[in-house]
Amino acid sequence: MAENETLNFHFDVDGNDFTSAGEASVKVKKLMRQLGFSPELTRRVSIAMYEGEINMVIHANGGTADVYVDEDCLRVVLADEGPGIADVETAMQEGYSTAPDNIRALGFGAGMGLPNMKNYSDEMSIDSVVGKGTTIELKFKVS
Amino acid sequence: MISVNDLAKKLGLSSHNLDDGDREVTGGYAGDLLSWVMGRAVSGDAWVTIMSNINVIAVAQLTDVACVILAEGVVPGEELIAAAETRGVNLFSSNEPTFALCGRIYELIAPQNGAGEALEAAEAYREADC
Repeated sequence: MAENETLNFHFDVDGNDFTSAGEASVKVKKLMRQLGFSPELTRRVSIAMYEGEINMVIHANGGTADVYVDEDCLRVVLADEGPGIADVETAMQEGYSTAPDNIRALGFGAGMGLPNMKNYSDEMSIDSVVGKGTTIELKFKVS
Repeated sequence: MISVNDLAKKLGLSSHNLDDGDREVTGGYAGDLLSWVMGRAVSGDAWVTIMSNINVIAVAQLTDVACVILAEGVVPGEELIAAAETRGVNLFSSNEPTFALCGRIYELIAPQNGAGEALEAAEAYREADC
């Protein structure tokens, strides 16, 4: 990889197919291994991204996930055109969820998604407009 | 060390997909809320769960657990088994309750980590009793 070159990996997250959620995260995990990132960082990135994927499938009928790899920073940008988050602060609370029962029955909807994403990333920003969609950026320092 | 094969044999697990039976089991985790499991299960764990939808395989891959054990008589569907095969995840099931399975896994693994000879003695006693 040449110096100062940013690698970009783009993934479409299919909103109609709950069973395929996680494919992008697993691919990123493999890519990060190949690129020589530490197992610890690889784990944090792939888990945070999986939570984002699941959120987009549950709430927003899918979206896109982009991973940008710089020399000192890895960014994951999750963008959807879903209903948006009315109260981000509340949504960030552990245990708070608006997921329906059928999603809970699958083992999701515990209100852990956004908190996990925050915990696993070094920096997280949420840009959400009700009725328009949500974009979440996760930054991970590469040591 | 204890391998996935050893664990499966000692616990009498039903095997649904065996990708790497020689892999070492270094710990265990029990849980059904997938986000919770993702945050806490670690590489090398034997993960005991009653959840059997296909997302279990993705979580197993992301956490890099050594194997998934469906407890309490939960049986995997064809879709789950196919995903385990495609993605190389060791998948087992057992009729034992989660609590009992975890107790036995703990007994098998803890002595490896120097947790005490009493646990080994308990295992030997049970084996002699059988």
